[in-house]
Amino acid sequence: MASFISAYLNKTTEAAPLAVFRVFFGLMMFLSIVRFWSNGWIDKLYIQPKLFFSYYGFEWVQPLGVSTYLLFFICGIAAIFVALGYRYKIAIIFFFLSFTYIELMDKTTYLNHYYFVSCISFLMIFLPANAYFSMDAYRDKSKAYQEIPRWTVDSIKLLIGLVYFYAGLAKLNSDWLFEAMPLKIWLPAQYDLPFLGSFMQQQWLHYAFSWGGAAYDLAIPFLLLYKPTRWAAFGLLVFFHIMTRILFPIGMFPYVMIVSALIFFDAGFHNKILKALSTLLRIKGLKTDIGAWNKTYRYKTNLPLVIVGIFFAFQLLFPWRYLGYRNELFWTEEGYRFSWRVMLMEKAGYAQFRIVDKKKGTSFLVDNTDFLSRFQEKQMSTQPDFILQYAQFLGNHFTAQGHQNVAVYVESYVALNGRLSQPYIDPKVNLLQQTDSFEHKNWILEFKDEIKGF
Amino acid sequence: MKHWKLWSLIIFGLLIVACSKDTGNETVPPPNISFDRGAMLVNWADNIIVPSYTSFKTEAESLNTAATIFANDPTETNLHSLRASWAASYISFQKVSMFEIGKAEEVRYRNRLNVYPSNTQKIQNFIATGTYDLALPSTIDAQGFPAIDYLINGLAGTDSEIVSFYSTNSNAQAYKTYLNTLTGTILLLTTTVLDDWNASFRDVFVANTSSSATGSVDKLTNAYIFYFEKSLRAGKVGIPAGVFSQQPLPQNVEALYKKDFSKQLLLTAVKASQDFFNGKYFNNNTTGESFSTYLDFLNSIKNGEDLSSLINAQFNAAEAQANELNNNFALQIETDNTKMLGTYDELQRNVILLKVDMLQALSINVDYVDADGD
Repeated sequence: MASFISAYLNKTTEAAPLAVFRVFFGLMMFLSIVRFWSNGWIDKLYIQPKLFFSYYGFEWVQPLGVSTYLLFFICGIAAIFVALGYRYKIAIIFFFLSFTYIELMDKTTYLNHYYFVSCISFLMIFLPANAYFSMDAYRDKSKAYQEIPRWTVDSIKLLIGLVYFYAGLAKLNSDWLFEAMPLKIWLPAQYDLPFLGSFMQQQWLHYAFSWGGAAYDLAIPFLLLYKPTRWAAFGLLVFFHIMTRILFPIGMFPYVMIVSALIFFDAGFHNKILKALSTLLRIKGLKTDIGAWNKTYRYKTNLPLVIVGIFFAFQLLFPWRYLGYRNELFWTEEGYRFSWRVMLMEKAGYAQFRIVDKKKGTSFLVDNTDFLSRFQEKQMSTQPDFILQYAQFLGNHFTAQGHQNVAVYVESYVALNGRLSQPYIDPKVNLLQQTDSFEHKNWILEFKDEIKGF
Repeated sequence: MKHWKLWSLIIFGLLIVACSKDTGNETVPPPNISFDRGAMLVNWADNIIVPSYTSFKTEAESLNTAATIFANDPTETNLHSLRASWAASYISFQKVSMFEIGKAEEVRYRNRLNVYPSNTQKIQNFIATGTYDLALPSTIDAQGFPAIDYLINGLAGTDSEIVSFYSTNSNAQAYKTYLNTLTGTILLLTTTVLDDWNASFRDVFVANTSSSATGSVDKLTNAYIFYFEKSLRAGKVGIPAGVFSQQPLPQNVEALYKKDFSKQLLLTAVKASQDFFNGKYFNNNTTGESFSTYLDFLNSIKNGEDLSSLINAQFNAAEAQANELNNNFALQIETDNTKMLGTYDELQRNVILLKVDMLQALSINVDYVDADGD
């Protein structure tokens, strides 16, 4: 076994696939930043709001006011540098840090694909993605290599495969498979699609999409790995992601996944891509290759390998932490995020906060729109950690305004996957006396139903 | 071995062809398995919204005329007919207030017509100086129906004293001018909104069946629920009952100076909201496609709770509770606020059904942002 592992770690492969991945990933990230900026979302999501919902343990990560634009600028420039392979190591570190910082500023905007980008860019810090077809290799021939350790390319495949497979496992639950929820809610709303619109209202399609989606997620990593099915799998992947792009507001994610999946193809295919790119960009005769000829990149220490190993152990285990909580995962969302649970539920909520003077017994209700954007209010009203953080913000706010003996209570209702709304948070609990932690929040009321499965 | 690429391409191609052929054969889906949002938009526009605005515009014209007549000849008789016009048009306004989209949203229609309580000091100041711009957001509490309420019901204790402000008062002309400006502004804004619906907005509205945050269904649904939550539930009942403050605020009732009118305004608004929910034609018992039929259709897909019945039952409960109230809400709050709070609770229950359950069922987007489902 040990010899098998060391034999594997010594295997090398052509550097072209990783180079292509680096170029496309950098470009996609640059476009994402441009799109985000031009939609006016920096201002709307990170400057306008009066408060920001922090991740537990990351309360120190806050938007930087107008300098938030600078942060996005740095992130965009770093993405370009990554694509060019120019001062790659520094660029990818800057990209990872700035992108992750942006992601951590407000969990209102939590998206699995942002987390995916953080994971990939973290991984890429330790990979020799600039060994080939890069400015670095062009500028310094001694840094150019034609071959790199095989595990570096495989690590990207593993992460992509893991994302799909875990997303597929998460779909194996009774709501998704037997109720076709939440697609039964989402798809009929797509009535205005040309041609497809009328089918979106038909039940067989909801079930077909549910089962098809689960089967796709579970199978696609293997279909991509197995050479005879690879092209068909890639076609299926393109079809799947284009469909999700049409049906759901998930931004750049489909395109990121499509170009990422190219990594599964052989080096020959990637060399063709690079040749085409060279022609397109008029790079003469692949000058970048000259120094690379027959050279193999070797790590000087084992540290990168160890870090990548720990990273994957974490990736494999972290999504299972929900098993440590007794209550329904979809209801409490304890252990829900960072687990590749994508498009799994439709939750709508309503939270009405009451500020009580404990001594006098007087109270008044809060108008959430005084403090939160519509998007923040929507996210806040269905997730307990948001509710707690907001309640504590309100407590501080009204205490600072001169109110005394403040207690904060909430009357809240949540509807999950088409069920009728139910009371969500215990209205008798003073939320100012609660603290956030990884422990079960016993002030979340019981979910009056059962969802079986992962 | 070389052929695998070709074969997989062929198989994939066949798959696509097979799928598209499958779907292509089924040209017209049976009528009961599809809901026509376009028809719902047409019903909303042609049978409810435009007729409601048209009717309100007529009332606003009468109000403006009555104000002119009163200004030309300030007598108690003319004051009484002005009040009658004011009351009739205020009632009629309750049936259009919820449609704050398009031009109405652009001109901040509801804020221009019905922000209360009025700032009487500001009004007196405007009258005294004669300089004001009612288009400024800072003047919303000095115009609209509540400001007219003050000018025709609240200037003094008796009718003859009120009339004297417009006849013998040293600044009578300024009072007349301000009154006429207020009624004229209501008419002008209403004409602007209605003309826009008639000119082009109706067609734009009906054609925009998109299911994005900018689609007509999403926009009007958000506007409707916002109105029900903020203007109806909070504005008419919750705020004066002290739900959002430490003490009740009886001076914040709608139609403060008319005194015995706030209940009628509330009941009209509740009824109008329910009628819109059910797609009931304006001034006619026919119903068309609506939230109610839409929810029924969606429920036929998911076999859940009968949401439209629950919401209608809650509308009825709120109406029944509101019927218990005194005609004068300020009096009700001062004598027995619990009934006022009870009405708030019933309205609140419907906010939850509308905002949580209905919005989820309809899959309405609250905003344009990326989201991959929670």
